[in-house]
Amino acid sequence: MVIAGALGVILRSNPVHAALSLVLTLFGVAVHFVALEAHFLAAVQVIVYAGAIVVLFLFVIMLLGVDKAEDLSIEPFPVQRPMAVLVGAAVAGLVIAAVVRARDTLAEGTPLPAEDDQNIQALARNLFQDHVFAFEFTSILLIVAVAGTVILTRKEKQGGAE
Amino acid sequence: MTAAMLGAVVPTTTYYLILSALLFGIGAAGLMIRRNPLIMFMCVELMLNAVNISFVALAVRFGDIDGQTAVFFVMVVAAAEVVVGLGIIISILKRRPGATADDLAELKG
Repeated sequence: MVIAGALGVILRSNPVHAALSLVLTLFGVAVHFVALEAHFLAAVQVIVYAGAIVVLFLFVIMLLGVDKAEDLSIEPFPVQRPMAVLVGAAVAGLVIAAVVRARDTLAEGTPLPAEDDQNIQALARNLFQDHVFAFEFTSILLIVAVAGTVILTRKEKQGGAE
Repeated sequence: MTAAMLGAVVPTTTYYLILSALLFGIGAAGLMIRRNPLIMFMCVELMLNAVNISFVALAVRFGDIDGQTAVFFVMVVAAAEVVVGLGIIISILKRRPGATADDLAELKG
């Protein structure tokens, strides 16, 4: 399901369909997170990615009115598409080869607590004790991103450059 | 394990890493194939998600919660990146409707 959604993102010519395929992929990834006992990350994945980010994508698609299918047969550089497929397949193939070769040497650690709320508690302890500075920096990053976007997309009232 | 109780085959870490590699490859190929900047952004999201899967799979495998914390930070950075990127795309496409990634040479001297 994840792979089908991912292929849909890059093969559908209509941007809205691509965004909906992205939702499929992100939900599939969330399901994998649940299977891996990472319940908090699964919830965050659904809320932040499938909720916020894809809605933002759809919002921009509707706002710009680019929800018409583009012609995928137009290709300015004839070599690029096979080359891109080749490079993508090569990246995936090399990583898969490395993973398959190294699968027996993968160390087995102590299993993470998988009780009801243990995952959230362990994650919170790790986040707010060991990585608290990084956490604070992400808040600065978000503030800067929001302020920058507002400045970037605001209409110039006083006859500026744009 | 929940999956084991259901009688299903429990996927190994290798399975998740292969899935992650495939997803990353698809995202990378899509980033190079597509010309619409919006779709290119979606492909970047695909690649970030591929990395997230491998982070979580290895965190479970090694019994180290640090990997899941890293995924949390990746999600935050991805959200910020999408906000800024879509802002840039809006401001570009408002001026030049239908622009593709090939037309964007405004920073060229």
